[in-house]
Amino acid sequence: MNRLKTSYEQDLRLARRRWDVPCYGLLLVALLLVPQFASTFYVGEISFVFIYSIAGVGLMLLTGYTGLVSLGHAAFLGIGAYANAILLANGVPFALSLPLSGLIAAFAGVVIGIPTLRMSGLYLAIATLAFGSIVILVGEKWHSLTGGFDGFPVPHPSVLGYVLEGPSAVYYMALGVLVAVLLVAMNILRAPLGRAMVAIRDSEISAQSMGINLAFYKTVVFAISAGITGLAGALFGHYVRHLAPDSFGILLSIQLVTIVFIGGLGSLHGAVFGAAFVAMLPQAIALVRDDLPFGMGRLPGLEPSLFGLILVLVIMFEPSGIHGRWLKTKRWFKSFPLHKRAAFRRQKTYAKSDRLR
Amino acid sequence: MDDVVRLLQLAVNGTAAGCIYGLVALGFVLIYKATEMVNFAQGELMMLGAFFAYTFVGILGFNYWLGFLCAIAATAAFGYMLDAVVLRRVIGQPQFAVVMLTLGLAFIFRAVAGAVWGYDAVGFTTPFTNKVANFGSGVVLGQDNVSIIIGTVILCAVLYVFFSRTRLGIAMQASSQNQLAAYYMGIPVRTVFSLIWAISAGVSAVAAVLLVPVQMIDVNMGIIGIKAFAAAVLGGFGSIPGALVGGIVIGIVEQLAGYYLPAGSMELTSNIVLLGVLILRPQGLFGQVIRKRV
Amino acid sequence: MSGYFSSRDLAMRFGGIRAVEGVSFDVQRGEVFSIIGPNGAGKTTIFNMISRIYTPSGGTLHFDGHDITRIAPHRIAGLGIARTFQNIELFANASLLQNLLIGRHCHSSVSVLSQLGFLPNVRRAEVEHRKRAEEVIEFLGLQRNRDQLIANLPYGVRKVVELGRALCTQPKLLLLDEPSSGLNVEETDEMAFWIEDIKKDLGITIIMVEHDMKLVSAVSDRVMALNQGRILAMGTSAQVQSDPEVIRAYIGGEPEVVS
Repeated sequence: MNRLKTSYEQDLRLARRRWDVPCYGLLLVALLLVPQFASTFYVGEISFVFIYSIAGVGLMLLTGYTGLVSLGHAAFLGIGAYANAILLANGVPFALSLPLSGLIAAFAGVVIGIPTLRMSGLYLAIATLAFGSIVILVGEKWHSLTGGFDGFPVPHPSVLGYVLEGPSAVYYMALGVLVAVLLVAMNILRAPLGRAMVAIRDSEISAQSMGINLAFYKTVVFAISAGITGLAGALFGHYVRHLAPDSFGILLSIQLVTIVFIGGLGSLHGAVFGAAFVAMLPQAIALVRDDLPFGMGRLPGLEPSLFGLILVLVIMFEPSGIHGRWLKTKRWFKSFPLHKRAAFRRQKTYAKSDRLR
Repeated sequence: MDDVVRLLQLAVNGTAAGCIYGLVALGFVLIYKATEMVNFAQGELMMLGAFFAYTFVGILGFNYWLGFLCAIAATAAFGYMLDAVVLRRVIGQPQFAVVMLTLGLAFIFRAVAGAVWGYDAVGFTTPFTNKVANFGSGVVLGQDNVSIIIGTVILCAVLYVFFSRTRLGIAMQASSQNQLAAYYMGIPVRTVFSLIWAISAGVSAVAAVLLVPVQMIDVNMGIIGIKAFAAAVLGGFGSIPGALVGGIVIGIVEQLAGYYLPAGSMELTSNIVLLGVLILRPQGLFGQVIRKRV
Repeated sequence: MSGYFSSRDLAMRFGGIRAVEGVSFDVQRGEVFSIIGPNGAGKTTIFNMISRIYTPSGGTLHFDGHDITRIAPHRIAGLGIARTFQNIELFANASLLQNLLIGRHCHSSVSVLSQLGFLPNVRRAEVEHRKRAEEVIEFLGLQRNRDQLIANLPYGVRKVVELGRALCTQPKLLLLDEPSSGLNVEETDEMAFWIEDIKKDLGITIIMVEHDMKLVSAVSDRVMALNQGRILAMGTSAQVQSDPEVIRAYIGGEPEVVS
């Protein structure tokens, strides 16, 4: 039952339902305690989920909320990772190198955002794809800065004299950044910027009629999205300890887009669910590998193909992703036992022409 | 004289490579014009066509021309099935979703091809392998490149006649432009779309077989899809002749970049051309600028 | 420039097609000015030029002393011009309230950085915007559907939301593009009342494109008839409807004055 509201401020609060604060609070406490009880393997796995979640939130703001599809977002992960590592290697303290790497990635976001301002939909996606490829190629060739194919070792960060090394350190860093990023994202979504984003997604023409400067807002969103993804990249560097340019290629970009997709476009929860799914998929595959029939488990290329298969199945049968399925389940329980089957059946849609956007 | 010959050589190599890009791009554009779906698995369809051809000619020992035709038929049938079973179910979803779907399919095709035919590169002999054509005054070109160019021209002529003169071709044009009206005219639109997928797949198979004398067949050859994309965008994404012209331009520019610019520039070329076109002239060479009416 | 809003020799050509040619008219402050004409006469094209979706091929547009012929599209709202769209261009995946709040955008002056932290000035501004949006909701009777997604609302309600969103921008000039299209008789009557209220209580100048002659006669102070991009007649509703040129081009058949 919803409480009756007495002021507009209640609608603006981040924690809108009575049980939001205790539930999320408990979750946070549980997460804080994990490294004390779990093995380093699980600590590492969950750190990986956090890092992917941060990148997922970054991409969700751009693609899920503003409708700008980016197929080259791994480039920002790479830029953030290398920026952070290079700054640390040159003696910059971690407290500076982390935010700076985010800013550098944000700047790169502006660089790709400005030329693509007038592009929409498909063309934007292709442009980001090309951009991503170019960044990787440049990274490989620029030996003096990035070490090229030899890779770049990531120094351990230190804060106030303490050297932060080991899986627990990465875990807490990632958790901290994730919480901060989620708070910022939620702030954006309840402020005019968040509404401008949704307006741009749904109708650029009327967004302009309402006074929204498309060029400004698209650039701002690109910068914020790239910056957040850059932070994820910096943490990713500490997770893998050694950077190589080709780990930030098209496959990673597609994984990021899959996170946003499987999670459910237009939902922050979706970014986290999707990240959990994509981050843990390789482990899940490794577990069942030996049990697969016909010796399928021993085939190379199993992972990307299962990835592809899941993508295909999700799009065919549950395009609104995990978040969408969660909402449907909630609705089912809410209306039980009076629910009507028709309310849960997917409506038949007819192709809407994207040519006339 | 040497420079002229070299330039001619580069031009022919570029044109041949460009024809392949153009044919794959043609496949994209056919599907896009009809259904507004972008098939990111087009390169993988070409790869499958190559492997089908290898199976018929290399493994089963068919005659080259017979194997060629069988490969086209098999790939076309595969394309038809793909649309009928998978793509039809996602009509109405936003374009982005279909892009992701075809990306997923691309991964699956690669893994399945690897499982069936293995990950080693294979090939088979064709009537054009390792032969040259002498055009006099020092101009000697590989028959493989010449066959690609001639094959492309023939295929385009066939397609042109098909689309403009036959009933089915005109039905396809109608369905592309206005689905609802086509339905009213009694055209079975969904079947027509599946047939378009079949033709697109068949065209990719032709490209694959034409490519055999030049390049080995392997699971990753679908990577050509990205260059074909650049070709389609350069030509203007809704234009069929544009796709070919775009492909040839990219092919030639690539060859010139590879020869005159520092090492490693060739790979960057198609990406830079792509970005350049998107930024400076998004409708490409022959595309139309369409604006929404409000 | 004589009127509050004025157009001089406005022209729009698409390739060889002259969609609008030599259109000059003035709109006085506080009046309701209607544009009528058969389909394809260029009415919506004129609106699209005013809201800067198209750039005129010739002529000038002035509003409240500003030359708006070539300004950037997003600056129109800040100058006080709002419009509704013929085919409804609402933000389909957002709620009704969010659509109205987006209408408040041109009155938002908080910096991006302060929004990232949702500082107190952002919070205060948000409450203020919400108050204004609620005023519009009350004016149009949309309370019931406040939190519904636009995609789930019926057409008639969406038309009203379109109007509400334009009102949220606190315009000085309101462009209504076929406000009654798709509405039944009762809804059209309600629309007529609202247009009257907007003019009288809110003091907003209105330019309206309409086909429904009853609505045009009921609310308009002056009417302009277009055909094939050119002005046929201008004057009061009765004058224009009895003009023989207009009858021949548009109404057809025996002259019949509706009042």
